[in-house]
Amino acid sequence: MTAFGALLRKDLRVELRTLRSLPAMALFAVSAFVIFRFGLDREQLSGELAAGVLVPTLLFAALLAINRLFVAEREEGGFDLVRLAPVDRTVLFAAKASALVIYLVVLELVAVPIFALFFLDSATGLLPFALVLLLADIGLAATGTLISTIATMSSARDLLAPLILLPLLIPLVIAAAGAGEHLLAADGPDYGRFGTWLGLLGLYDLIFLLVGYATFDFLLDD
Amino acid sequence: MANALNSITLRRLAIATVAVMAAGYALAFFAAPEDADQGFIQKIFYLHVPLATVALCGWIVAAIHAIRHLRTGDPKHDARAYVSIHISVIFGLAVLLTGAIWAKGAWGVWWEWKEPTLVSFLIVFLLYATYYPLRYAIEDRDRQARYASVFAITAGAFVPLNFLAVRLAQPLIHPRTFSSAGGLPDSMLWPFLVCLVGMALLWTTLVWFELDSKAASGNLKRIRRALEATA
Repeated sequence: MTAFGALLRKDLRVELRTLRSLPAMALFAVSAFVIFRFGLDREQLSGELAAGVLVPTLLFAALLAINRLFVAEREEGGFDLVRLAPVDRTVLFAAKASALVIYLVVLELVAVPIFALFFLDSATGLLPFALVLLLADIGLAATGTLISTIATMSSARDLLAPLILLPLLIPLVIAAAGAGEHLLAADGPDYGRFGTWLGLLGLYDLIFLLVGYATFDFLLDD
Repeated sequence: MANALNSITLRRLAIATVAVMAAGYALAFFAAPEDADQGFIQKIFYLHVPLATVALCGWIVAAIHAIRHLRTGDPKHDARAYVSIHISVIFGLAVLLTGAIWAKGAWGVWWEWKEPTLVSFLIVFLLYATYYPLRYAIEDRDRQARYASVFAITAGAFVPLNFLAVRLAQPLIHPRTFSSAGGLPDSMLWPFLVCLVGMALLWTTLVWFELDSKAASGNLKRIRRALEATA
């Protein structure tokens, strides 16, 4: 088994046994939808309002997992073990980012149908929107893993990650909400600028995966 | 000796800054024609656009210093990245203020959310504002420097991407500097370029000055500690 596979399996197994992140994320998303239901006082949403409720809710739910991503490593000495192991340290970045993508996909499998049930008249736009969300998840995982490492090692901890991540994730929110606005339109999905938004998401993913790959090693030095 | 040489060049740089900026703003106010559409308020262009250009370039310079810091491990490069970000954040605050004044004069509102350049700049500014809590949340000096460098590189990569994203999202009403600079008449272009060079010199002088002052207070601390040890 490769180091990457071992670390990823360890993370997924820990999550399955403790269930610390995923239920909290799903519950957070559902509560936020309920708040929006009363806050906006609308039976159904479409277009930019639908995208504007769904995308930020998923983003804030993702922050919960990002804050907890390295807690076990810090508390149980996982960082030291990776430093001691004869493997490339960027493996930890790859494994954590992959675990985060899996958490986010699971969150979306739960939260998006509930959102559709609460607010959408027709779910036809959700299938192409799933592709948008997947690309956004990859970008979120890349920056999230990098910033989570920094925050975990600092004394500010939970405070720092959302503070740095929110501005850093704005391009992702713009692209995902921009695509969602047309895909969730009241009169059926419109693919006008779909390619542009996918391109922007892909570029974001590529850049921050490369930045993470290039700099992660320096975060583990001691 | 090296210090004396340093202060002489810093002084020369400061004099050059004052001279070029004075010339630039004299040209902008007395030689450049008044804008036909916007009238006198357009003069703020000679302040706002150089400030914004220099602030953004300063953040990119910080990312380059940060890469060199991670490569060499030399704290000198970290100090340069830190001071570059610091001065650019101060310039950035001035950009937001002058931008708001210009928007009020030209469009009649203090802030325009449909305006991608304004909004992108605000987002970048907010990101760099988190540099300070990040630095001060890490006690170990060496680790603080490394983490700050990783942040500076990430944020440096973010700057162009963010401008692209916000621009794709919104209609264009802000004058495009780089496309419109080509369209500026020569009588406005030259004063603008002199102001831009003056602003870049001001940024360099301030960075240099702060680096010198940091080095001086570091030396002072060392000497004081040595004195206390002997006393």
